[in-house]
Amino acid sequence: MNEQHGQKCDFVGMDRRDFLGAVARTVPTWLMVTAIVPELLAAEAGSPDEKYRPEEHRYAMAINIHKCIGCGRCADACKTENNVPREPVFFRTWIERYRVPFEGEAVVDSPNGGIDGFPTEDHDSGTFKAFFVPKLCNHCSNAPCVQVCPVGATFTSQDGVVLVDKDYCVGCRYCIQACPYGARYLHPTEKVADKCTFCYHRITKGQPPACVEVCPTQARVFGEMGEQASPISRFMRFNDVTVLKSWLNTDPRVYYAGADEEVR
Amino acid sequence: MNIAMALQSFFTELPSVTGYMYPNEYELHWSVLIVVYPYLTGLVAGAFILASLERVFNVKALQPVYRLSLLTALSFLLIAPLPLLAHLGHPERALEMFLTPHTASAMAMFGFVYAWYLMVVLLLEIWFDYRQHIVRWAKEKKGALKWFYSLLTLGSTDLSEKALAFDNKAGKIITIIGIPSAFLLHGYVGFIFGSVKANPWWSSVLMPIVFLFSAIVSGIALMLLVYMVSSMLRWKTINMPCVNKLAEFLFYAILVDFSLELLDFIQRLYESEESIHILSQMISSRLFISLIISQIILGTIVPLVGLGLARFGRMPDEMRRMIYLMAALLVQVGIFATRWNVVIGGQLFSKSLRGLTTYKLEMFGIEGLMTAIILMVMPFIILFVMTKLLPPWSEGEKDIPVPPKPHATQVGQEA
Repeated sequence: MNEQHGQKCDFVGMDRRDFLGAVARTVPTWLMVTAIVPELLAAEAGSPDEKYRPEEHRYAMAINIHKCIGCGRCADACKTENNVPREPVFFRTWIERYRVPFEGEAVVDSPNGGIDGFPTEDHDSGTFKAFFVPKLCNHCSNAPCVQVCPVGATFTSQDGVVLVDKDYCVGCRYCIQACPYGARYLHPTEKVADKCTFCYHRITKGQPPACVEVCPTQARVFGEMGEQASPISRFMRFNDVTVLKSWLNTDPRVYYAGADEEVR
Repeated sequence: MNIAMALQSFFTELPSVTGYMYPNEYELHWSVLIVVYPYLTGLVAGAFILASLERVFNVKALQPVYRLSLLTALSFLLIAPLPLLAHLGHPERALEMFLTPHTASAMAMFGFVYAWYLMVVLLLEIWFDYRQHIVRWAKEKKGALKWFYSLLTLGSTDLSEKALAFDNKAGKIITIIGIPSAFLLHGYVGFIFGSVKANPWWSSVLMPIVFLFSAIVSGIALMLLVYMVSSMLRWKTINMPCVNKLAEFLFYAILVDFSLELLDFIQRLYESEESIHILSQMISSRLFISLIISQIILGTIVPLVGLGLARFGRMPDEMRRMIYLMAALLVQVGIFATRWNVVIGGQLFSKSLRGLTTYKLEMFGIEGLMTAIILMVMPFIILFVMTKLLPPWSEGEKDIPVPPKPHATQVGQEA
């Protein structure tokens, strides 16, 4: 290789015949190297991703509001798993607390996304009922963020997960404006749009998303929509589920059981 | 012109939130630069539509501002994409919007609408309009200027009657194409906002139309300002029929624009959807100064009354000019406030419809007040240079070196 390389560099004084000869020798070698080496590397890594076929999956998440205790472990695990900046204005998932008084509007809060739990000091007898609602990207089938992205950096994968190609995103933030759920933020250092991926790096290996794995009450259910016996199919069958802001026709793949009309 | 609003925001403490915002909504994503962008494109579209009034609709009184309007439109158009570029998280990837556009995206069309407007409409029209002069200047000027004008002729140096007639015809056809293009340019900017269904403040079918008419208002007011100030600076008398006509058009345009905005407002109020509570709260608190005071009272009602009195009442010309100037200035404040209220207003409330945040305008950052001011001053510098290279003045023979007859009469005769 090195000899050939040296020959190739010595263009001065090389006639056409020599040059073509050099090309004929080096190009096939190079093509072989580029074709074989990545495959060898991939085989060495033994990545199960290779066997992953997105067209065979259709993911969804369901959230049982009755089960959520607002511990915030899901939001915390998400930040750890996905290197989400720790500042309280960047979240891939967060938990909202709803306190509905006997009369009047519900009061909603989400201090640090619920990661540190919820303060109880103003928990008074005027509260009619209270509940927690975990929020995340709804992975809409008819996603406004996908529609508006000017370069197609945000796209829906064949398995139904809405993803952002961070090497392609121009950082215009139109998707952030178009998302009705406030599920996106601009990554402060990478300067690209970021949001929940259902922990794509995990689910493609057959593992559950981090938030689902750490939830102590199984308030989050994740799985395949197509399979009759999958946990999510069972959940959908035995619960009255709804989606957020259904009137916007975004067709979310995150379903809620027990969501009051206050939830939006 | 945005100083009052800027100061208002600047002296506000850290972004304070009332009610509940989704955590990712605390910080505004579209800054003052995205306010500047529709403001600049609005001026482009408005100035061009004004120019087309003279050219296509034969409003001869506007002849003194015809070429000035074209040059102004071009100066502002050249700067218009810069606020967008400066705002991108990855400006180095900006060209991807041209090279690999996502056709479902309204924003991806920006490049094409912009390129069409710049290349096909403005540059061509200006070139055809100035061609005969460019050819003459190429012959008469010396040194670098000679080269510059020779290059500008693009090798087309024919000055025969037939060639000139063709220039005129081509210019007219381009203007006719240009009117819908100008509508497209700014209607499209309105669509970028109006089509966001997630945002009840933006989502309105009237948005492109309101943008368009406010663009016409801002463009006419800008030309009134540029014409009057440039005449004063050049120590020329102001052509009263021209400014009267401008004031008249401005008056009507404001009337239409205000009616449309009122219609939008009344419709929202009457429909009273679930967003109405948070939006009313926003108008009466966060947007009070920029919407009620700046946009409606100072930017619309006061100029409307002033223009009405000055145009249709009896008063000395001196007084008239003063009122026109003040009205045009106020209209600029008002239109900037309009853009502010759309862009910033649309991000001050939570999409949970439960809370309001504040916009903290930074001073010196890339998306700060200084950048915005620089971007709004730059078109005037470009315009100044352009008026030196391509003098648009109709009565200023001494500025234009050779033409034996002022071009003005020719255009007037042909039109």
